[in-house]
Amino acid sequence: MSVLVYVENTAGEFKKSVFEVVSYAKAIAGLLNTDLTAISIGTVDPSNLNLLGQYGASKILNVNSDQLKSFVSHSYASVIASAAKSENSAVVILSNSFSGKGLAPRVAAKLEAAFAPGAVALPEISGNNLIVKRVAFSSKAFAFTELKAANKVLSLTPNSFELKVDQVQPEIIDFDPQLTNDLNTIIKDIVRSTDKVSLADAEIVVSGGRGLKGPENWGLIEELADALGAATACSKPISDAGWRPHEEHVGQTGISVQPNLYIAIGISGAIQHLAGVSASKTIVVINKDPEAPFFKVADYGIVGDAFEVVPQLIAAIKSYKAG
Amino acid sequence: MKILVCISSVPDTTTKITFTNDNAQFNSTGVQFIVNPYDEIALARAIELSEGGKGTVTVINVGEAETDPTIRKALATGADDAVRVNAKPRDAWFVAHQIAKYAKENNFDLILTGRESIDYNGTQVAGFVGELMNIPSVSIAKKIEVQDQTALVDREVEGGKEVLSISLPCIIGVAEGVAESRIPNMRGIMSARTKPLQVIEAVEVAELSSVTKFETPQPRGEVTLIAANEPEKLVELLHSKSHVI
Ligand SMILES: Cc1cc2nc3c(=O)[nH]c(=O)nc-3n(C[C@H](O)[C@H](O)[C@H](O)COP(=O)(O)OP(=O)(O)OC[C@H]3O[C@@H](n4cnc5c(N)ncnc54)[C@H](O)[C@@H]3O)c2cc1C
Ligand SMILES: Nc1ncnc2c1ncn2[C@@H]1O[C@H](COP(=O)(O)O)[C@@H](O)[C@H]1O
Repeated sequence: MSVLVYVENTAGEFKKSVFEVVSYAKAIAGLLNTDLTAISIGTVDPSNLNLLGQYGASKILNVNSDQLKSFVSHSYASVIASAAKSENSAVVILSNSFSGKGLAPRVAAKLEAAFAPGAVALPEISGNNLIVKRVAFSSKAFAFTELKAANKVLSLTPNSFELKVDQVQPEIIDFDPQLTNDLNTIIKDIVRSTDKVSLADAEIVVSGGRGLKGPENWGLIEELADALGAATACSKPISDAGWRPHEEHVGQTGISVQPNLYIAIGISGAIQHLAGVSASKTIVVINKDPEAPFFKVADYGIVGDAFEVVPQLIAAIKSYKAG
Repeated sequence: MKILVCISSVPDTTTKITFTNDNAQFNSTGVQFIVNPYDEIALARAIELSEGGKGTVTVINVGEAETDPTIRKALATGADDAVRVNAKPRDAWFVAHQIAKYAKENNFDLILTGRESIDYNGTQVAGFVGELMNIPSVSIAKKIEVQDQTALVDREVEGGKEVLSISLPCIIGVAEGVAESRIPNMRGIMSARTKPLQVIEAVEVAELSSVTKFETPQPRGEVTLIAANEPEKLVELLHSKSHVI
């Protein structure tokens, strides 16, 4: 028995969220007194696979099949489930990324496993069960979910577990699953907006709302984001109005983020907006209205006009970075 | 084309969330329940795809009689008929089994869910049903078109999208942008009263997980205000106190 972690590559590279999920899986393997096996699907250079050893993966199953060139949730789920069976892994861990969200429930169903999506902390062990802390009610609460089946699948919310170096020399093994399932899904096109920092992965997010007045002022948000190496986001009315693409909108109906630092500029802090950002570690709010509800959930606030404050803040950050 | 839309009944978004029974149970006293916002979008898209005699829309809910008003609202919005599986929706695994069983027996071409329910935020049901029925699933779709026996779907991926072509039947989790939610009009509300709402019994499913307790997040301390003309103070605090830059 070992713990199995799925490591998703992006064009052959592993992002930070992958190392997080490996660290997390390693910590769980530690709790269960067992080893950690990783499974990678797609073409990844051995030097990149070896990086997984830094965070404690002692064995890596490398699946490199033509049939699996691009992500299709049911076939990837078959591969991961068959790896779990051949490794005798009762615990399987994935990242709660967009593809993880599609994969994890299918993996769980194949293994008849109890499933906890969106874990935010290490589980507690209770006999043969795991009790997993996860987000519920659009970040207004946490639910502790007890996984009671013999097999268990957990997906980890990005940016909720610290990287922990635990160097081992991994053994890389080619794994060749027998694929029988050929449900017909064809990927016709892949469109990536930009090569900017992706919102779900970002440690710092700079976000703008209606207080910015118009798309022509977005340069201010972008310049601040550049100075911090941050991703940009927006409130819903901004993407509804077409000032910014839909995938940048955060909140209950957009994406949920929990960066280390979330800077909200000209956003009032409606409950639906907070649902997607309130788990951020540190929140800074810049708003000209001292009564804006966002200040109630902020760590730091500046009451002032964004058009005056933000340029000064950019200058202060640049001089801090230079110093 | 026969379309099935899965709807869950969830606390209104602005509800204050509280718990009873030593934080082991959600306190539904006085809570207003609504159709899960993503399910409303899924329903709106299903209605668009079926309009003009192109198909029918059935809604399904797993819930007890108290969810009937939510189901009637979906009928008033434009669904043709409804099914309620009469059981407390214990968890997504239980819910998925009920939906999969009904869908298998009734040959739907397309099954839509919301990308997630805003109460337990699982993004589980679509994947579970896909697996239980052995059909393709997409968990987070931003756009859905149907041509003959194929669905063309924009799937959300980190920093962009993938355009997929999937043969029907399949199950798709609907996200924002797929359609504009619809508000029932007077005629819809009147006709909803006479549209069929079938109540069926649930199948038994082993319970694999349960919530043992809830916790509300630690309130943040008081906000530290910084003068508008001293942003360097903010930079200093973010560095030395919060350790985020
Ligand atoms: C079902 C549902 C789902 C929703 N989902 C989401 C969601 O996912 N995400 C989301 O964001 N919203 C969502 N909303 C909308 C949400 O309720 C708010 O309407 C929205 O978040 C408001 O956006 P805003 O803060 O940018 O705009 P506003 O509320 O108009 O706030 C603008 C703010 O900018 C400030 N301001 C103005 N000028 C300046 C200036 N020069 N300098 C500094 N500050 C200035 C104002 O004081 C004000 O606080 C949803 C609503 C519903 C009903
Ligand atoms: N009790 C239920 N009855 C019918 N459909 C449901 C129920 N619970 C969840 N769903 C559907 O599954 C979707 C995803 O829910 P979840 O997996 O719980 O996040 C929802 O948006 C609904 O479409």
